[in-house]
Amino acid sequence: MEHHTSEIEVQVIPEDKAKTKKILKVAIILGILTAIEFVIAFTISGGLFKTTIFILMTLVKAYYIVSEFMHLGHERKSLIWSIILPTMFIFFFIFIMIYQGAAIFELLY
Amino acid sequence: MAHTATIVDESMANPWGGGVEPMKVSYGKLMMWFFLLSDTFSFSALLITYGLIRYSHPAFEGAFADFSFSQEYWPIPEMVFEAVPFLHGLHAPLVFVGIMTFILILSSVTMVLAVEAGHRMDRKGVEKWMIWTIVGGLAFLGCQAWEWSHFIHGADLSNNVASNLLQGASLTANQYGPSNFAALFFFITGFHGFHVFSGVLINFIIFYQAVVGVFDRRGHYEMVEKVGLYWHFVDLVWVFVFTFFYLV
Repeated sequence: MEHHTSEIEVQVIPEDKAKTKKILKVAIILGILTAIEFVIAFTISGGLFKTTIFILMTLVKAYYIVSEFMHLGHERKSLIWSIILPTMFIFFFIFIMIYQGAAIFELLY
Repeated sequence: MAHTATIVDESMANPWGGGVEPMKVSYGKLMMWFFLLSDTFSFSALLITYGLIRYSHPAFEGAFADFSFSQEYWPIPEMVFEAVPFLHGLHAPLVFVGIMTFILILSSVTMVLAVEAGHRMDRKGVEKWMIWTIVGGLAFLGCQAWEWSHFIHGADLSNNVASNLLQGASLTANQYGPSNFAALFFFITGFHGFHVFSGVLINFIIFYQAVVGVFDRRGHYEMVEKVGLYWHFVDLVWVFVFTFFYLV
């Protein structure tokens, strides 16, 4: 078996430096965004403004991970939309559940 | 034969555009995408539940410096997660979680490099980057084990106000805040941690198959891409957990 494996000839394609560079670039962007989030956590006092910044930065990070690392940005449009559209329901879900939470709070306190 | 040719030609102009493969991804990759979509709904349901329960509890209203743990209101997360291993008593809010986030992002990067090496049929490259990804995953799990243990055993009571007699956390009560706070911590980070754990196992299986030459014989490294998708998803979920559980 071992002998058999080594007999298979595989043509290794040489590394494309531009591709690796792009991967590292995205990685650095993600790292910097996390570092900025970290700084914001200690410099800006809590509130709606801070929460909005965090959510926006999280969405930017999510965009880079899904589009570059998971390669979705380079797939066919039909695949991109069949993944993105269903997740839109989540935004509606967030809205109704937070609203519900506030209503429970009103009842209890 | 002429018939087949027409189908292929049509597919190029068509928005579905994959020829024999719908959307131009293989069956396995397409199904992995749809599985991840369903998993997205599971995780968002958990995080939204956190939002709902947090909103139905009072928030701490005093000045930040006066904050103390109490069962009466929801805790400020950075006051809860402020310990770092080997540095007992140091107040370093979110530092350890930040390190965990970087570990997971790095292991995601090594996974992309493994996938890239797979595209080039470079077995040595796949082996090297897969092993780094597995190491990253294990490091993350180790950090999480420490964090759980610290959370369960509890912080120093000396930093705590006398009205609070609880120490540590269980599913029914905890020193940090309302009982649901600890329950949600266990459920959300636990569900994510289990994903990381199964991801490490799956990564190891693929690493092993790459080492024994399964993919060389098969002629492509698509399995690395599929587990790569799963692994990036685990990283993606952590980005959201980090924001909504620890930062906000």
